[in-house]
Amino acid sequence: MSTKEIHGLFGDEEILLASAKELVSKGVHVKDVFSPFPIHGIDPVIGVPPTRLHIAGFIYGLVGMGLALFMFWFTLIMDWPMNIGGKPNFSLLQNLPAFIPVTFEMTVFCASHGMAVTYFMRNTIYPGKKSWNPDLRTTDDKFLIQIDLSENSMSAEEIEGILKSTGAEEITQK
Amino acid sequence: MDYTFKSSTKRLTLGLVGVGVLAIVYAVLTEIPGQRIWANLLVNSYFFVGIGLMGTLWMAIQYVSEAGWSSGFKRIPEAVSQFLLIGGPILLLVLFAGSHNFHLHHIYHWMDPDLMDPNSDHYDSIIAGKAAYLNEPFFYARSVAYVFIWIAFTVFFRKSSIKEDLEGGVGIHKKSYGVAAAFLVFYGVTSSTSSWDWMMSIDTHWFSTLFGWYNFSTMFVSGITMFALIVITLKRNGYLEHINQEHIQDLGKFMFGASVFWGYLWFSQFMLIWYANIPEEVTYFIDRWENYLVIWAALPVLNLALPMLLLMDKSAKRSFNMMTIAGVIIIVGHWFDVFQMVMPGAVKADWGVGILEVGMFLGFLGMFLFVVHNALSKAPLVAKNHPYLDEAKHHHV
Repeated sequence: MSTKEIHGLFGDEEILLASAKELVSKGVHVKDVFSPFPIHGIDPVIGVPPTRLHIAGFIYGLVGMGLALFMFWFTLIMDWPMNIGGKPNFSLLQNLPAFIPVTFEMTVFCASHGMAVTYFMRNTIYPGKKSWNPDLRTTDDKFLIQIDLSENSMSAEEIEGILKSTGAEEITQK
Repeated sequence: MDYTFKSSTKRLTLGLVGVGVLAIVYAVLTEIPGQRIWANLLVNSYFFVGIGLMGTLWMAIQYVSEAGWSSGFKRIPEAVSQFLLIGGPILLLVLFAGSHNFHLHHIYHWMDPDLMDPNSDHYDSIIAGKAAYLNEPFFYARSVAYVFIWIAFTVFFRKSSIKEDLEGGVGIHKKSYGVAAAFLVFYGVTSSTSSWDWMMSIDTHWFSTLFGWYNFSTMFVSGITMFALIVITLKRNGYLEHINQEHIQDLGKFMFGASVFWGYLWFSQFMLIWYANIPEEVTYFIDRWENYLVIWAALPVLNLALPMLLLMDKSAKRSFNMMTIAGVIIIVGHWFDVFQMVMPGAVKADWGVGILEVGMFLGFLGMFLFVVHNALSKAPLVAKNHPYLDEAKHHHV
């Protein structure tokens, strides 16, 4: 049986973090880490690039702001001019303060929903999606380092040695 | 490393104070109306007292919230708060000069006794209706009480913090926690009432229920920006070795958040009054629209849009240069915010930003920086026995 992946299971995220640092410093490429909650500071260690989600969020916010202003301009200024508190008609600018609260809401709405949907798409999460956790205990109280042997020049024994010496509770080959 | 107050810094800050004095002399010689000079004194003393007060408030918030991350630069807000001891009395002097007994200026229009006298030609029934709150004895009693009770809290925090350096233990910290909670309650009420008294009563007919918070947000963002600028300057000069970009980023988050908070309150106050368009409320903004449009329109740009866009990115909040740029914009913007709170009621259209205004701002800035540097040099730059100091050293965002 040829081994493709090594899974090191840990009982504590701090131990996992130290182990991941040790592995990376010895030149091992960590494929992924599974954890029931975000581990503070793990991303730069295993080489996960910084997220660009907030940039997308900013753009969605701008879109939401534009949509709201277009909606106000079309419905209340252009198509059916409304008397807004006795302010001059036919002018978006002179009625703008009255539109700001809803424009703000629309900005937040589009930014938050846009970011949530982007997150789901980027991670291919959808209803009925089957979990790809190598070990279901990582959804409960265990933490796992996943190492792909084809990405590493080191032998399975050497990697297992590092994992064991840095406190892995359980090491499985797949 | 302890902070030394270099003689070059001393000369610079005292030189700025000299510029302020020269600006006043210049204004007197060129016959700029006394009202405008006093109004400038009020703008600057209120603005810098607000910043000093934020030093005290910041310490109280850190005690009550048991915050650890900020304990590494605790001495900076502490030094800033020391300005209250000088700025508070100056502010009181400006207020007393307006009393109808001295009548050196007429910024507080309601102090004119004729307005309250039903038999006088100048009788103003709206102002007379506020006499129960807006009368000179009560006004001065309140003002003196605010300033001296704030100073008492400030002196307590400073003394106990220095005592903690010598004695250690957690006893002093726990005691400060209790006093800080009391200060927050006292400040919660007086932050609103002091801004009604000193700022809102200038436009006596007008009132706004949001005014206290709006003033607080102006002080809060200016104060935190001042801390950040001082921390960055000290850092650039090789002090505060365990303060790193993580702490600067958190200060940047405060600047960003407080700027948005200011924008929210500023806009909420404006929007409701603009929309309802009730004559006694809307006059306040008509004064500003007609005579102060440039400054008034610049406020949301300087104090909301620019800080928000400049500080939005994580790397911007970690960059000393970007934080300094945004910080200077915020300080200038909020100085103009106070400026347009005072000037329309004090000098109507007869305003200007010239040698007097710039000089006096620099003068007060010099005085403020002198006090801060002096206080920084009087105590170790790191509160070494603060119970949470270790947490600050390992702070990681």
